[in-house]
Amino acid sequence: MSATTPPSDRARREVITHPRTAAARSTAHRRGVRRDVTEQTELGITLMRSLRRAQLRLALVVGIVIAVVVGGIPLMFLAVPAVRDARVSGLSLGWVVLGVLVFPLICLTGWLYVRAADRGEAEFVDLVERS
Amino acid sequence: MTGSWWPVAAIVAVVLATAAVGTLGVRSRTTSDFLVASRSVTPFLNASAIGGEYLSAASFLGIAGLVLTYGVDMLWFPVGYTVGYLVLLVLVAAPLRRSGAYTLPDFAEMRFGSPRLRLLSSVLVVLIGWLYLLPQLQGAGITLRVLTGAPLWVGAVVVAVVVSVTVAAGGMRSITVVQAFQYWLKLAAISLPAILLVGAWHRDGAPVFADGGWGTPLSGFGGREYPLYSTYSIVLATFLGTMGLPHVLVRFYTNPDGRAARRTTLAVLGLLSVFYLFPPVFGALGRVYTPELAGTSAADTVVLLLPGRVFGGWVGQALSSLVAAGAFAAFLSTASGLSVSVAGVLTQDVIRRESRFGGVALRFRLSTAIAVAVPLVLALVAGRTDLAQTVTLAFAVAASTFCPLLVLGIWWPRLTAQGAIASLIVGGGSALVAVVAVLTFGPFTGLGGALLDQPAAWTVPLAFLTAIVVSLRTRDRDPRAVAAALTRLHSPEELEPRH
Repeated sequence: MSATTPPSDRARREVITHPRTAAARSTAHRRGVRRDVTEQTELGITLMRSLRRAQLRLALVVGIVIAVVVGGIPLMFLAVPAVRDARVSGLSLGWVVLGVLVFPLICLTGWLYVRAADRGEAEFVDLVERS
Repeated sequence: MTGSWWPVAAIVAVVLATAAVGTLGVRSRTTSDFLVASRSVTPFLNASAIGGEYLSAASFLGIAGLVLTYGVDMLWFPVGYTVGYLVLLVLVAAPLRRSGAYTLPDFAEMRFGSPRLRLLSSVLVVLIGWLYLLPQLQGAGITLRVLTGAPLWVGAVVVAVVVSVTVAAGGMRSITVVQAFQYWLKLAAISLPAILLVGAWHRDGAPVFADGGWGTPLSGFGGREYPLYSTYSIVLATFLGTMGLPHVLVRFYTNPDGRAARRTTLAVLGLLSVFYLFPPVFGALGRVYTPELAGTSAADTVVLLLPGRVFGGWVGQALSSLVAAGAFAAFLSTASGLSVSVAGVLTQDVIRRESRFGGVALRFRLSTAIAVAVPLVLALVAGRTDLAQTVTLAFAVAASTFCPLLVLGIWWPRLTAQGAIASLIVGGGSALVAVVAVLTFGPFTGLGGALLDQPAAWTVPLAFLTAIVVSLRTRDRDPRAVAAALTRLHSPEELEPRH
């Protein structure tokens, strides 16, 4: 049915329905989805690639934030001796940051990531189911 | 400390409880039961089990010892062990679950379809598992020696025997419950004494920790050379190595789906963050109350000795017993998880299905014996290094091998089987050379010594570079098969009915 639709935004939505066609379904419950997917159209693969790239972008954003914020701490200590020697109620700043503060930051980052990743997948599923 | 029976009684209680819960799960019979608890574990139970499994001798004893000796830079170990989980969450958790594989070699085969790569992965899983088991057994040895004066081999043998019996009897299903229990035991055993110790320190008028650079980042305190290089090498090894640890990976297959895998990992981040607030407290207060341990091979025992040193009488006895129980929970849980993983790979790839060793249960039990026996022999003959240091070598090997394999394999369609194989050989080979050199001839000094002690900063980039360069110069099998594998890794469960 998608073959006759003109190449527009609408056409793209039509193509997404392919995995729900009878042919795809008949193989979907076999062991492994490999065969199901290898029988998919180029456009089906393109679609999955777009989801993969969106998730990769998200992962890279989080990865870069970790690398800069957490991975940058030693460089900051090296570059700014005042920060390295600073004291917070008797403890050096290094203790406060590495012993305590970094942990809530890690958890918050993880929580934000899981929310964003789940939302990205839910939107993708919505898009496919709706079409 | 020697001669007190309280801590010994606590250890015996932990050992018996572990063995009892373990043998309750004797009904495990299928491959799925043994290896991944038939994938029926809820996120919270699974997260507690992962936390229980992950917090090893290095976390429970090693961090405090390193902090005592070398100061604030050592906090990068707990930070790295936690961030490693965040990196795992972001880059591999859900796709790995969706790969539907039991073990890391299964993943390699699913993504690349290469038997050679599968075999190489199996060998590396076993080597990393053995390297990580070694400090658990050594930790058990020094713990029993400190508490009872028993020779070093006694603790190692006790842990090896208990783990073999428990794992062989129940496999993954019973281990999950044991390890969830052990997380909470470890948290209680580290937090309660730490809080009471801080209170006692305040009561004493809050005497200052000896400083002279101990509290200052990158000061090279304790005679550490090249502190900036070492710090970044620890960062790379722990941030990227966690995802490549065999006992960590196998846990992901016990989640019902990819989304649950993410939730579980997030819960693990919370559990680890809470736990890691406490071990550095022992290292810091150790500078006040047990400074003579710093820089000696007994530094790893500061967690065990400090409560008895600060508190006299029954309070000291009770707290010493609690930390001893927590330490043994750490050895047993991590060693169990590693043994399950190593035995799983041995069962699938070494002792083959068509062999004359009979059914899956028998083959799994034989594999367990091999998985535990080799590191036990190593623990009995090898010299002692810092517990957290040895564990970090295992992280370095994992980061130099399975991190490129997983990250590029999951996200980069152009990674070829040849690229992956070359990367495992170059990254794993160079990291293992460093590990063997350190464990047999170390410690070293100078720049070369720093490069060998903490190899990750050069072996990880080397492994990634090798994977990318070789992949760009080779062609893979059917590109549609690669697309299919990637689709399976990334498609939400709603779109793909699976089992």
